[in-house]
Amino acid sequence: MATSNVRHALFCAIVTIVISYPILGLNLEAEGINIVLTGTDATTIVAIACAALIVFLFQLFRDSVMGKLGAVSDLNPLTGRKPMEQDKRAKLESWVLTGLVVVALFWPFFSSRGAVDLATLVLIYVILALGLNVVVGLAGLLDLGYVAFYAVGAYTFALLSQYYGISFWMALPLGALLAGLFGLLLGFPVLRLRGDYLAIVTLGFGEIIRILLNNWTNVTGGPNGIGGIPDPTLFGMEFGRRVKEEGNTSFHETFGIAYSGEHKVIFLYLIALVLAIITALIIRRLMKMPVGRAWEALREDEIAARSLGLSRTAVKLSAFTIGAFFAGFAGTIFASKQGFISPESFVFLESAIILAIVVLGGMGSQIGVILAAIAVTILPELAREFSEYRMLIFGAAMVLMMIWRPQGLVPMRRLHITLKTQE
Amino acid sequence: MLEIQNLAMRFGGLLAVDGVSLDVQEREIHSIIGPNGAGKTTVFNCMSGFYKPSGGKIIFQGKEIQGKPDYKISRMGMVRTFQHVRLFTQMSVVENLLVAQHRHLNTNLLAGLVKTPNYRERERKSLDRAAYWLERIGMLDQANVDAGNLSYGQQRRLEIARCMVTKPQLLMLDEPAAGLNPAETLELNQLIVSLKEDYSVSVVLIEHDMNLVMDISDRITVINQGRPLASGTPQEVRANKDVIKAYLGEA
Amino acid sequence: MQDLLYFSQQLINGLTIGSAYALIAIGYTMVYGIIGMINFAHGEIYMIGAYTALIAITGLTALGIAWLPLVLVVALVCAILVSSSMGWAVERVAYRPVRGRHRLIPLISAIGMSIFLQNYMHLAQGSRNVGFPILIEGGFNFGSDGAFQMSLSYMQITIFVTTLICMTVLSTFISRSRTGRACRAVSQDLGMANLLGIDTNRIISATFIIGAALAAVAGLLLGMYYGSVDPLFGFIAGLKAFTAAVLGGIGSIPGAMLGGLILGIAESMTSGYLSGEYKDVISFSLLILILLFKPTGLLGKPEVEKI
Repeated sequence: MATSNVRHALFCAIVTIVISYPILGLNLEAEGINIVLTGTDATTIVAIACAALIVFLFQLFRDSVMGKLGAVSDLNPLTGRKPMEQDKRAKLESWVLTGLVVVALFWPFFSSRGAVDLATLVLIYVILALGLNVVVGLAGLLDLGYVAFYAVGAYTFALLSQYYGISFWMALPLGALLAGLFGLLLGFPVLRLRGDYLAIVTLGFGEIIRILLNNWTNVTGGPNGIGGIPDPTLFGMEFGRRVKEEGNTSFHETFGIAYSGEHKVIFLYLIALVLAIITALIIRRLMKMPVGRAWEALREDEIAARSLGLSRTAVKLSAFTIGAFFAGFAGTIFASKQGFISPESFVFLESAIILAIVVLGGMGSQIGVILAAIAVTILPELAREFSEYRMLIFGAAMVLMMIWRPQGLVPMRRLHITLKTQE
Repeated sequence: MLEIQNLAMRFGGLLAVDGVSLDVQEREIHSIIGPNGAGKTTVFNCMSGFYKPSGGKIIFQGKEIQGKPDYKISRMGMVRTFQHVRLFTQMSVVENLLVAQHRHLNTNLLAGLVKTPNYRERERKSLDRAAYWLERIGMLDQANVDAGNLSYGQQRRLEIARCMVTKPQLLMLDEPAAGLNPAETLELNQLIVSLKEDYSVSVVLIEHDMNLVMDISDRITVINQGRPLASGTPQEVRANKDVIKAYLGEA
Repeated sequence: MQDLLYFSQQLINGLTIGSAYALIAIGYTMVYGIIGMINFAHGEIYMIGAYTALIAITGLTALGIAWLPLVLVVALVCAILVSSSMGWAVERVAYRPVRGRHRLIPLISAIGMSIFLQNYMHLAQGSRNVGFPILIEGGFNFGSDGAFQMSLSYMQITIFVTTLICMTVLSTFISRSRTGRACRAVSQDLGMANLLGIDTNRIISATFIIGAALAAVAGLLLGMYYGSVDPLFGFIAGLKAFTAAVLGGIGSIPGAMLGGLILGIAESMTSGYLSGEYKDVISFSLLILILLFKPTGLLGKPEVEKI
């Protein structure tokens, strides 16, 4: 073992202490108007010491540790396994998916209201993540202001219902179309920018829209938001205890059942489920269509794609617009579910969460993204005591994924195309 | 069919191409040769619309195309390959060929979503064309392999096939033989000749392999330090004193 | 006269903020110049610098040390030490392993790091904002009583002078020292510098350390100027500084200084004459316009795309 190795390991350990002790070990506490420093408890100190020791040992034996780690992945029994045959796998997949949809359809009737509500939120994230997956995963455009289009959808519904009394079913296509239009208008000038500049510019757009919503008080209500957003109706039947709109009937009276608040929650869940399935199916088809291949080609090699006659602007713009369209979709459902929206729901953090879902699930992979959306939304609820670590873990997971598995947990698989040769 | 007049390309203070002219006839293989750094690829980049030339004209089938965006030039029927192969490496071989046929497909989103008859018809045709060319370059078995996993020689051939499925009138090949072994070079030689003979395509070729160039070219233009040095049939160029001097150095 | 005083006041405020932005922008511009990535977590490094400085100041006060120059120097040294270490560690952990991969990958890694550091501070020190003690008080006032008075505080002078010193030291370092020369070589052509025997990894680390140190200085200065810090302190400031870097021409150090000052002035003029609410809108719009119409910025060199 060379001395340089020891020196390096020691240096790394010291750095570990320098970046953790002052911040974790010394806490700033407000005492009246003064700020005082208090030392932290012993466990934190021990943890920092342990971390430094681990870093020291890891750096000291880095080469052999990395060698062993490399060997571990070979032990994985799945690596050597042959992939399942094409049609067999497709059949299995379609069965699994159908089963999941059936379960998802009937599950809420046997479940608690809170769980169904959470599931609706999961589905909203599924739609958002599927939409962003088109932009980031397929077209390779890093959009950090995606939440702006979500906000456009939500605010479209909220404002139209407030000022013109428009219903959910009217607002759903309108919100999505308007969000898509926003995507088109914002995308047109910025899409010729290089990848990392595009990311920053979209981030800027997202922030601008949020600030405008926050400050345009006489229209959007500013930070106070907009309330009283109506619930969706089923063929003119309302789910409230009393009918609000003239000419409508109420759901429980029509069917002669007792009123229950759960009906509305389940109904909203089912709407979200259907829309999520529609979104997934549409995007799945788009991926197989010329436009889907063009997205990927442009992501892979822009120069080659252009040399083959693909217009960069048109292709990128279509991805950006379609992504925005689905965000608008999700926004309308969100507004209806919450009944109240404010700019606080549309901060950058939200964009980051959706991006994290796409990255973790696997860029371009639909199943991966759906699973990741479920995991990312539900896990923090299950482990409440860890919920404050949620974003910390997301951040770390994004870094680790980029280092070890940039293709995501469930990487995208290429479609098999059968060629007939009869010439 | 293609005429370049007095092409000039300036990068800052550097005049990379200066006064290059050439013309390409129907069904002709026209090679551009010259020492490294002579500006051959720059000429290609101007022709394919990747650079906007600082001066001169490029006329393709009677239309001036200099400064037009690259994708429009490609759609007019002038398609190129690259010195360093540029395939879509994470897409399969057949997907590479389908992307190239983008403008021949029905790209209407609604038509695709509901699979109209027209959409299916065009999709089928482009698949057939892809299959035809894969067979032509002997890679039908690799149709569903990721392009990045192909051998170098296969990548070179696929890149040419990818140009051919766009139904071009003029093909620009940038050092297609670079990195190929003698057997592969011979195969390439036959492929290029057959593109001309069987598919009536004109080829503009940049190449360092002199055997290949002398073998298949109808005419050759020599460029040195951005300026035209000589042009003519292989025999004429071979005998030209300036060319010999440029290649062998000042004696 | 009144109007002129008011205008001068906005100008002073703008120059103050702008020079601090310039300090942060150096970190973005140097890293971009060398490895061509946006160090998204740089704003968080600056935030950590501000927190560390505050911890040091509070600690010294608790020990009964109140001699101002000593307090400031110790706080500065602590902030630089912690921020630089963090900058170094971030590069080693999150950026080096993904260097050279597809452009989006380092960027996503950097975003992850930014989220991580924000929440690291959030968990360690809480999410509420913590007050910075006022150490440098007073200043000059111009104008008559009862009417608008223009003020130039000692704090603003401190910020301005410190920035000037840092920039001078940095310029000398870059143009004179061995490491500085190597930095310039690496930013011109990383591969070539490597072949010539320059330890490019070491130079990249040095770049991150220098950028972080300057961000830490800005952290201390702006922490004192604004009077409080919170874990989100770095996010917006980071974006602003990035805007400054792009405005001046990313990769160019004088550009970062110029961009910072212009941005600072544009912002304070917006607050002064329109509304403070819209100053962020102005700087983001400026960023977007610059990227659209002059992506190389004011002093940047054009990039030639290669095939």
